[in-house]
Parts: sequence; C-alpha cells; structure tokens
Amino acid sequence: MRVFISSVYLFLYAPIVLVVLFSFNAGRNASEFTGFSLAWYGKALGNTFLVSALQNSLIIAFTSATLAAVFGTMAALGMERLGSRMRALFDALFAAAIVVPGVVIGIATLVALVAVFSFVNPTIAALWPGDQPPQLGLGYGSIIAAHGLFSMALVTMIVKARIASLGRDIVEASGDLYATPLTTFRLILLPQILPSILAGFLLAFTFSFDDFIIAFFVAGSKTTLPIYVFASIRRGVTPEINAIATLVLAASLLLILTARVLMREKKSKSGE
Amino acid sequence: MRVATNTKRNLITAALIAPAAAWLTVFLVLPFIAMLVFAFGERAPEGGYQPAFTFVQFANLPTRAAAFWNTLMLAPAGALLCLIVAYPVAYYLAVKANPRYRLLLVSLVVVPFWTSLLVRTYAWMYILGSRGIPNLLSMIGIEDVRMLNTPGAVLLGIVYGYLPLMIMPIYVSLEKLDRRLLEASADLGGKPVSTFLGVTLPLSLPGVMTGVALVTILLLGEYLIPQLLGGGKVFFIGNALVDLFLQSRNWPFGSAIAVTLVAVVVVVLMVAMRIAWKVAGTRQVDLV
Repeated sequence: MRVFISSVYLFLYAPIVLVVLFSFNAGRNASEFTGFSLAWYGKALGNTFLVSALQNSLIIAFTSATLAAVFGTMAALGMERLGSRMRALFDALFAAAIVVPGVVIGIATLVALVAVFSFVNPTIAALWPGDQPPQLGLGYGSIIAAHGLFSMALVTMIVKARIASLGRDIVEASGDLYATPLTTFRLILLPQILPSILAGFLLAFTFSFDDFIIAFFVAGSKTTLPIYVFASIRRGVTPEINAIATLVLAASLLLILTARVLMREKKSKSGE
Repeated sequence: MRVATNTKRNLITAALIAPAAAWLTVFLVLPFIAMLVFAFGERAPEGGYQPAFTFVQFANLPTRAAAFWNTLMLAPAGALLCLIVAYPVAYYLAVKANPRYRLLLVSLVVVPFWTSLLVRTYAWMYILGSRGIPNLLSMIGIEDVRMLNTPGAVLLGIVYGYLPLMIMPIYVSLEKLDRRLLEASADLGGKPVSTFLGVTLPLSLPGVMTGVALVTILLLGEYLIPQLLGGGKVFFIGNALVDLFLQSRNWPFGSAIAVTLVAVVVVVLMVAMRIAWKVAGTRQVDLV
C-alpha cells in the first residue's frame, strides 16, 4: 500500500519537477541535462510577445477576480435574504456557470457578442458625427466577462458556505445590542468572512490566469499567457517554454498556497 | 412602518444581488439563447451565421460521430481509471495516514489541480514525445516506440490531470466515516476485508459518485488533453468545436454540437444526482 501511495505522489510531481529541471538546462536537448543555466529565462523575459501576453493575463486575471470577489460576496449576502424560490433559481444559475464546460461558455459568449456587435457597430457608425466611429470588438472586456462568470460563481459558493457555517447568533446578538445593520456587517460579519473572500479572489485569479479554452474563443486579437504558451507548444517544444511554464507554475503555486492558508485559518477559527 | 422597513429590506437585497444577476443574465443566459438560435440557423456562404429555422444542423450531427464516440468512451473510461488510482490514495489519507502529516499530504494532492492544466499536460508531451521515454527506450535497443498521439497517452493525461479532483470527494466522505463503526464490525468478528466491503465502501459511495460525476462532466468538455497528447488523432467534442468555430467557421453546426454537449452534460448530471440521492444524502465537496 505504501509503495502504491508513494508512486502516486511520484506520478503527480515527477512531470512538474522535470519541466522545472529542464528549464535550467544549458543545452537544447530535452533528454539530457548538460549544465545549469538561466539563459532560457533571459530569453523568455526578453521576448516582447511573451511579456505583453503576461501583462494581458495579469490585467484580465486581476480585473475579473476583483469584480468576482465584490459581486460574488454581494450575491452571497443577498441570497441569504432571498425567498426559497429565488434562492433556488440563483443556486441553479451559479451551478450552471460552474458545470457548463468552458468550451461551451467560450462559444456561447463568442456567438452572443458577435451577434450584438453586428447590430450595435453599424448603429454607432450611423449615429457617429465624426469620420471614425468607435468599434466594439472582442478583447479584454469579453475575456473578463467570461472569466468573471465562473469566478463569481466560485466566490459566491465559498462565501456562502462560510456564512452558513457562522450561525445567526452573533448577527442577532449585535442587533440586540442596537448596532445598525451596517455596523453589524462592518464589525461582525465582514471580519469573519474576509478570509473566504480573499481565498475566493485568489482562486478566481488563478483560474483566470490559467484558463486557456474560454480565452481562446473570446480573446479576439488579444493574446493571453496560456494562449501564447499553447501557440509556442504547437511550433515545437523548446526549453524556453519550460522556463515560461516554470514561471506560470510558481505563480499559481504561490496563489493556491496563500488561498489554502486563508481557508485553513477560517476552519480552525470556526472550530472544525 | 412595517411595510416601509420591508420595502427597504427588499431594496437592499435587490441591490446586493443585482450585479451578479445582471452578469448571469448577460453572460450566461443570453449567450445560451443566442447559441440555441444559431443552432437552428444556416452557415453563411462566407462563414459565420445567417438566420434561418432549420433542423439540418442537428441532422448533420452523425458526421461528427467519431468525436462523440471518443468523448463518450474515453471520458467515462478516464473517470473510472482515475477512480481506481484515487480510491486507495483517499483511503490511505483518511484512514491510514499519520494525522501529523495528513494535512500536508492532502495539500500535496490538491495543489496540482490548481496549477495550469496546460503546463501539466505539456509536461507529458515532453515525457512521451520522441525525445522522452521513446528516446530512453531506443538507448537500450527498443526502437520506434510511439507513445504520443495514442488513446493511451490521452488516458494517461486524463488520469494525471483529474486525479486530485477524484481523490478529494472520496477522501472527504471517508474522513467523515465514524471509526466506531469499523471497531464494531471488527468486534463482531468481521475480517478486515468484510469490514471494508460491508462498512467502509458503502459509506464512501457518495464521495465516489461525486468524484466520478465531476470528472466525467469536466472530461466531456475537455480540449487540451486530446489536442496535445492525442495530436488530432484522438479528438473529443471540444476539439471538433474549436475546429468548427475557429477554422471552418461553421457556426450554426458548431452551435448545434455545443447544445448537444450541454444536453449530454445535463443527462450525466441528472443520472449522477439520482444515484447520489439513492445512495445517501448529498455532501459538500471541499476542493480548497
């Protein structure tokens, strides 16, 4: 049994370690390690296409995760106050946002936006007084919208679970002591749910930063980091990709570990 | 007075939920309706969509039967393979592992799931590719072994990518298991094997169901793993969709396939929920 368990852990980590190891390889050859070098990192970071893809990914991940954290938390708080029918409706919609495959989300968003643009753009052009009317198109906005959908559902799920685990006593006690609802929220509820909101934000950021398939459909001419990596892989496996992959892994690792620490803290505080 | 506070309360509730409701409407419900409309339309001569009401796109579904066949065979097969590997790991983590290291070991399972699937799949391209294992094999005299671009490589990638997602729900259901039941079974003369089959296994079934359903559903929409490890030879519905939307630009047909894919997902979900209700009450899955 122990042998089996150990080999599963080896199976989970060996490929990742291999990618990281060969990102430091001096030579081009993927099957022998010829010496330690940071050359591929230098090459990757000197690549302007890559750096701009990284910038795009960071902007998109930060914006969609922030919107998701704010609106998702609001929704979690609001759903507490809804009647059972409306709550079931929102539960179903959020569940759909999580369960529907990313490829379908990408397609549906693309189709809908293109349909809207084909109607809106000529209208703007007709009404625009100048020569060059603004054109709506795919890009940051469409990726943020599609990522925000999943992320918001994720944050709502996490924060809702946290609120449910709190119990109503402390909120009621605060009310009995004549605190206004806003004060109760600020002093009692918010500090308790803040770690969950932050964890939700970090997971949402990680999701957006790593997502390939949704962005592939709705990115238009914009390139995100996963889209760039995917395109490079198709051109051929090089140690430069290993260096980029290692940076991506390190970033996600940092985010997920922080999220986990936040979630643990929450659990130990609630006495589980 | 009471009416007034109620109105205020409702206004606050509405304000809290309005942004999410708007987002869900504009970026989930409306796109879905648009996709449905497209699925009954026609392909414009230059690609894209032109309005029509026809069932021809759905009638053409059999031309993509191979993608459906691959997906509907390899997704459940991959989920079952995951289950076979995952169950002993979950059992070890929940029952056998030293409690001091349990949290660390569980973290080590979860963390890969939240790191880029693209990078993790790429790692296997690297290992199975001609400069990886086949190269090592040729050094010891075994020539011309092809590993990449086979159904086996796709299955391997699936197990690798989705193992954490299978381990977690099973672990959660095993962790909640009351140890006294195991002791009672042993006290009543049950051998370890019969305790496992009579007590542990049935009580962990909700976790097993959740894991199999989750992994199967996610696999139904998979694109990257068959693309990178199947190399266009072992393609899923997701690959057909990318081809139809971004290469041949047959949007109505692509929409029809996407609608069908959602229908399949819904059926799988309903079957899983029905079984889950029969087996036991639903349980929360802790993915983080």
